[in-house]
Amino acid sequence: MEQTVSARAGSANRAKFIIGGILIIAAIVYLIITSTRASAQYFLTIDELAAKQADVIGRDLRVSGAVLGDTIQYDPQTLTLRFTVAHVPGDNNEIEEQGGLAEVLHAAAIDPNRTHLQVVYVGPKPDLLRNEAQAIMTGKIAEDGVFYADELLLKCPTKYEEAVPDQSEG
Amino acid sequence: MIANFGYGALIIALLVSLYGIGAAFYGVRKNSQGWVNSARNAMLLTWPLVTLAALSIIYLLVTNHYEVEYVSSVTSNSMPLYLKVTALWGGQAGSLIFWSWLMAGFASAVTLRKWDRDREFLPWVIIVSLVTLAFFLALSILFENPFERLWQTPTGNITKSMLMPAGAIPFVPADGSGLNPLLRHPGMIIHPPMLYLGFVSFVIPYAFAIAALVTGRTDDRWIRLTRRWTLVAWLFLSLGLLLGGRWAYDVLGWGGYWGWDPVEIAAFMPWLTGTAFLHSVMIQEKRGMLKHWNMILVILTYDLVIFGTFLTRSGVLSSVHAFAQSAIGPAFFAFIGLTFIVSLSLLLRRWNELKSEAQMTSMLSREALFLLNNLLFMGILVVCFWGVLFPLISELFTGQKVTVGPPFYERATAPLFAGLLLLMGIAPLSAWRYTTAKTLGRAMWKPFIASLVIVGISLLSGVRSWPALLGFWLCGFVTAVTLYEFWRGAMARHRRAGENLPLALWRLAGRNRRRYGGYIIHLGVVLMAIGIIGIEIFQTETQGTLQQGDRLELGDYSISFDSLANFDTADGRNVARAVVSVFKDGNYLGELHPRRDYYYESQQPMTIPGVRSTWEDDFYVLLVDWQPISSAGATFKIYHNPLVNWLWLGGLVFILGTLVAAWPDPDLEPSQATDRREVYAPIKA
Repeated sequence: MEQTVSARAGSANRAKFIIGGILIIAAIVYLIITSTRASAQYFLTIDELAAKQADVIGRDLRVSGAVLGDTIQYDPQTLTLRFTVAHVPGDNNEIEEQGGLAEVLHAAAIDPNRTHLQVVYVGPKPDLLRNEAQAIMTGKIAEDGVFYADELLLKCPTKYEEAVPDQSEG
Repeated sequence: MIANFGYGALIIALLVSLYGIGAAFYGVRKNSQGWVNSARNAMLLTWPLVTLAALSIIYLLVTNHYEVEYVSSVTSNSMPLYLKVTALWGGQAGSLIFWSWLMAGFASAVTLRKWDRDREFLPWVIIVSLVTLAFFLALSILFENPFERLWQTPTGNITKSMLMPAGAIPFVPADGSGLNPLLRHPGMIIHPPMLYLGFVSFVIPYAFAIAALVTGRTDDRWIRLTRRWTLVAWLFLSLGLLLGGRWAYDVLGWGGYWGWDPVEIAAFMPWLTGTAFLHSVMIQEKRGMLKHWNMILVILTYDLVIFGTFLTRSGVLSSVHAFAQSAIGPAFFAFIGLTFIVSLSLLLRRWNELKSEAQMTSMLSREALFLLNNLLFMGILVVCFWGVLFPLISELFTGQKVTVGPPFYERATAPLFAGLLLLMGIAPLSAWRYTTAKTLGRAMWKPFIASLVIVGISLLSGVRSWPALLGFWLCGFVTAVTLYEFWRGAMARHRRAGENLPLALWRLAGRNRRRYGGYIIHLGVVLMAIGIIGIEIFQTETQGTLQQGDRLELGDYSISFDSLANFDTADGRNVARAVVSVFKDGNYLGELHPRRDYYYESQQPMTIPGVRSTWEDDFYVLLVDWQPISSAGATFKIYHNPLVNWLWLGGLVFILGTLVAAWPDPDLEPSQATDRREVYAPIKA
């Protein structure tokens, strides 16, 4: 009978429940904060990466750049793929202003003054990896300035842009 | 012609819906049953109308009317008939129609039930259902019209529109671009309808909740009326999620079943609130508590359903699911915001009438544990929500683009899922109102000892990872408690009525279907947990390029590359199919045929694994690359996925349990239900 529970016992009880609830909510918040810290992945452009390389060593990064076709090297025995990418702007509006993705990638690939980044990826060579493709890589940067990608995504802004979805090689 | 007909049917359906909303409002205001009945007839008329529109699309799809833009975007000459029919939900415009069709059907089914004792709910249920339906119909008509045709303008451009632009001529492509090959899989053919059925049927409990809030009939009548709807909605949603996982495992070729993709999360979020709701309504029924909370949960579920439909279909998030891009986002956000605000203000207006009839008295009582269960489900929901929103928030406030991936979700939700498993073991043994640690301990020690056996077996078989040991122990504990509950119930019947044990067990479950169905669901969850622990903690993988006859090893297993064939098929694919032999500890086990299909029309490759599946593990081989000229060398990626089959078995048990819980009661026919019994009678729709 709830009615027989005295008011004092009731409020003590309520306090217990509120404290319990707060503890659990605090635990959930703590879980979210620590998990976000531990596994957040930062999107950086190659210029930004070059500027704060020392700060981001060992962190999960997501970087995109224009592939330089001449630099692609693939060793099918070890599945090691090496190539270099050139800086492209990260902002979509900026890309649109400069005439769309295809234009931006082309400009980046032919401009020798752009910041370059060396990439190493172990895995099968994606079909879409070719000159002036956009490579979106996730992985970590090492102290020697080489980017070790765990995941490699390619976009080819050709006339087939709409038909060809992102190719993912995990 | 047919396109115009279908479009017309849609417009009439929208007008009828709007009329129904108006008539229901007017009927309430004038207290006129005639107007409410008229609204009800309008409601019943929407389903045939939307059916006509859907049939028109199907007709256009199967007869290759490529002048209709939707048809040419999702079908092609080479597609078989059944795929052309299911292309109805292969793209955005079609799937919105499909949504509306289901919505109209469910709403009609509800309006056909006997309303004698709940007459005051009727107009409001009609209004809520029709507002939802009208929103989706309006989206189809204004933004995502599946009947738009292609035209060639005088300047040579191809445009799409319903009416012929000035000076344009009709443009009829010779062939369509075909359904996305990833969607041409049996799992994908039934996965979207299941998910949509789940989404749509959650609208019904919400409609009743709103009806209860508006009319002020705030007892638990609305909950009892919608109990079965909620279970059915939950059944379909669960089935949709499971099929989606199975599809990913079979088709996407990354060795997994769930990637914490924003679209998966979008379908998962209403499932979370729905599951919390299923549990917490029991407290309202038994103890008259948590009334506000149940209202909040059902409102949240409804808006998450709309949000889920939006995310899966708008392409706002780039993911494997975002097959479509469109501009219907603002409309969705406005609708979600509006319904949320209106629902909450209705709830606030009735806040005082929804006071709890009782208080929580003991921290270990069943109601307290159910509350904790709700808190944990909400915790997982917040984690999901944060994961989806964090990139937006971060970019807005710091300008830094950040994202969180599967590791975030796994890390943050794993302890919460473990907590839910633990509760699944404790709550069935705790009593309502008062439970002390002592009484609980007395009830629990036997299953607890039994569960330690599982830990022992795991240790003996070489498991040393502590999260896995903890997980297996929890699985063992829940299983022991659940079986113990069945045993206790059956033994009581056996002693009392002298029934033999199987019969006692059968009757026990038959008499209290929701409870024992729930326990079967719990057992299903445990089996799924075993599979998830297996693949998440013990999955191993390797990759390598092999020449013919070469071997690649992974643990006890190895494969050898025997041959590779490359050929074209009649349905427009180029297939590269490898033959590999699988060995375990040097013994030959059989052949696998991983392959890669390249679809010429859509220029899209699809990787189909070769899988050897046993209860112990799955051996999963992907053909990722090959040298086209010599056909001699090929690159393979192989995964070893221990225990993953238990996940699918658990899914089946889970669905079975839900069916048991939702099965209609044969002895409560409405004809014989007296007034008192009617209170406990489930909704007859």
